[in-house]
Amino acid sequence: MRRRVFLVAGIVLVGLVLAVALVSLFWTPFPAADTTGGRLEGPGVHHLLGTDKLGRDLLTRLMIGARIAVAVGVGAVALGAVLGGVAGLLAAFANRWLDDTLAALLDILIAFPTLLLAMLVVAARGASLASAIVAIGLAMSAIVARLTRVLAKRVLAMDYVTAARTSGVSWPRIVVAHVLPNIWPTLAVNLALQFGLAVLAEASLSYLGLGPPPPNASWGRLLQEAQSTVLTAPVGAVAPGVLLVVLVVGVNLLADGLRDVADPTRRGHR
Amino acid sequence: MTRYLVRRAALLVGTLFLASIVLFVLLRLLPGDPANALLSVGATPDQVAAARHQIGTDRPLPAQFGHWLSQLATLHFGTSFVSSLPVGPEIVSRLAVTVPLTLSAFVLAVVVAVPVGFLAAHRSHTWYGALVGVVSQLGIAVPAFWLGLLLIWVFALRLRALPAGGFPPDGWAAPGEAVRALALPVVTVALVMAASLIRYVRSATLDVLGSDHLRTARALGSSFVGAMWRHGVRNAAVPVVSVLGIELATTFLGAVVIESVFALPGLGSMLVRGIAQHDYPVIQGVLFVSTLAVLVVGFLADVAQRLIDPRLRGRV
Amino acid sequence: MSLLSVSELSVWTADGRALVNGLSFSLPPGRRLGLIGESGSGKSLTTLAVTGLLPPALRASGSVLLDGTQVIGARNLDGVRGRVAAVVFQEPSTALDPLMRIGRQVAEPLRRHQGLRGAALRAAVAASLDEVALPARVAQAYPHEISGGQRQRAAIAMALACRPALLIADEPTTALDVTVQADVLALLDRLVAAHDMALLFVSHDLAVVGQVTDEVVVLSAGRAVSSGPLHEVLADPADDYTRSLVASARRLDAALDLSRDVGGAA
Repeated sequence: MRRRVFLVAGIVLVGLVLAVALVSLFWTPFPAADTTGGRLEGPGVHHLLGTDKLGRDLLTRLMIGARIAVAVGVGAVALGAVLGGVAGLLAAFANRWLDDTLAALLDILIAFPTLLLAMLVVAARGASLASAIVAIGLAMSAIVARLTRVLAKRVLAMDYVTAARTSGVSWPRIVVAHVLPNIWPTLAVNLALQFGLAVLAEASLSYLGLGPPPPNASWGRLLQEAQSTVLTAPVGAVAPGVLLVVLVVGVNLLADGLRDVADPTRRGHR
Repeated sequence: MTRYLVRRAALLVGTLFLASIVLFVLLRLLPGDPANALLSVGATPDQVAAARHQIGTDRPLPAQFGHWLSQLATLHFGTSFVSSLPVGPEIVSRLAVTVPLTLSAFVLAVVVAVPVGFLAAHRSHTWYGALVGVVSQLGIAVPAFWLGLLLIWVFALRLRALPAGGFPPDGWAAPGEAVRALALPVVTVALVMAASLIRYVRSATLDVLGSDHLRTARALGSSFVGAMWRHGVRNAAVPVVSVLGIELATTFLGAVVIESVFALPGLGSMLVRGIAQHDYPVIQGVLFVSTLAVLVVGFLADVAQRLIDPRLRGRV
Repeated sequence: MSLLSVSELSVWTADGRALVNGLSFSLPPGRRLGLIGESGSGKSLTTLAVTGLLPPALRASGSVLLDGTQVIGARNLDGVRGRVAAVVFQEPSTALDPLMRIGRQVAEPLRRHQGLRGAALRAAVAASLDEVALPARVAQAYPHEISGGQRQRAAIAMALACRPALLIADEPTTALDVTVQADVLALLDRLVAAHDMALLFVSHDLAVVGQVTDEVVVLSAGRAVSSGPLHEVLADPADDYTRSLVASARRLDAALDLSRDVGGAA
């Protein structure tokens, strides 16, 4: 029962942010680059959440930030899933020597935290939304690849796969009919968790000044800009952080809920 | 055991070598010529060539790699392309900030997470257990830099109890100030780490609490405390120790962001500067040292696990 | 005076379902009782309820008197467990601490219940292992280094080290290889007699129960459906479930006889 509550809560939280992100594509209270508001105004009638130090409407910037967060999350996870999934599947089928080398390489790549890898990529391509997605996506693909490899190998070792092979089923058919259906639940849960990590990684990148530049900036960037004025204008330093937490908690709850749906043996467990 | 140690140490060195190759290659894939960073705009091709020669990027790649490796062997990290200062000593002085930060945060996180996680598992059906669950869910979603920002706001700016950032120029020669400068960063990192550790401790404790061997001990007359102490602690430690290694490593490398929040002169800020300036020796040096630290921590965690769990000793 | 007196014992789940319903039986000192039933009949839960070891999600009601001490609702049973009743569980691979050597695990109850230390303790550990026909070197081994049968013997040694008045054996041979089952069963039989203990033996296997006990209680879906001396229950089953249990055992016997006549001895 409690599980169901969590899943619903997760969907609601994520849905809220998604909705805001979608709306921002069509409408925001002010144009993004508009700096006509007074500087560092508090919440008021014209600017519902106040303005930043250049006079831009905070609510608008938060909405755009939602859009960036969702875009990065989806983009990075999609990139990581495709690259990592393919790499992992190939590694699972590779012969012993090649597979061991790949596993060692993956472990090294994973030892570098996402943020550092992302920094290197952004340094190469310049700071932009696309760079952030590519950077974080590449880092994620190593993690996805390792997981896919482990899961696929486990399935390939099962008797029913051996049985399928001996009755002449081709490898591609085995992948589609046996491997993928068995690994996708665990993968899906993991990818949902990675979504949250991607959003946090992008926030860190932006905080360091390596993310999409203003005015279409992300929540991390907003926090970095608000740091110097937190005493006089706390809303700007609190609101983006709260939204980050809302999105990530929502996604994690969703992932937990998915986990219970995906693995029926866990139902009724603590 | 010694055979395992030797083999594991060899694996460590081998991985380090592999990592340095990956590092070297990754860096050279970055577009942008470091020689340009040294010169002003509108430099002539001759000047560019001279700059390249000066910093050594005109030599063939394998030669550059060999040169770097030989430097590493003598623990020389070369000199910065930009400042011409040796990289090694700067790394050492910055380690004096990053290492105490990481270790203190780690210890604090463990001290907090173990009792909280244990209690959350033991009293999982009460409001206390549920509260810990909620708090740790929030905790892993909070960006570390935001937490740092909030702590600065409350403790440094409003309460004026601690500095808002920076590190004393004398470093540890002024220990009181150094500690005050590290207080908020340490708490920030510790809280974030603890949020994650609590979940692992809770999970490991739940497993032990429901385990058959604990039930056997109690069925034969052992008290709950006695059984947990004699059997529970060791068994719960096994999965937690493996995670601790990874967490410590992640913290060490993730210090980049925290140093930015608190304006600390640590390895992280050195790395950010190096990346911005395409300063290969700096980037290589810092990443190499970080990788070494990560691998050593992993090695220690592996050894600790083998010491605790006899089931792992069969495999070499 | 009964050693174990169970009256209207029921075990409830959190949503009010009764997994054990109104069970009553008693066991005088030195006597043996078998609890027979299939999976899900509640027999293992009965042994947990009797020793106060039910998982937190389950609740027990009724009365269980263990040597005069009320178990249901008791706050602290540490003094009663082991001394009055000790348990041997079904799964030897998880019943022992995987990180601790066998010798140390056997020493623990010896130390607690017989107050032994030092050289006397070491000697007692050796004697305990010898009693269950385990070689002395097992004391230095970890559970994963010995076989399932050896692990179960170690568990028996640990239970006996408590010098309990009552030994509760919950399907002690079910998880073992068939070839090993008979040995462990014989060992149990012999030791229970040698130490003059009462025995509560739980199993789904009629033949196994028949070898070690004289009286049985048959459980089906949490209720006792028949009880009494074994030969009476077998000769004239009072209800359907017991009837089918006996009938299948007889069929197995008949099949074995037939194969013996036809194909020669096994």
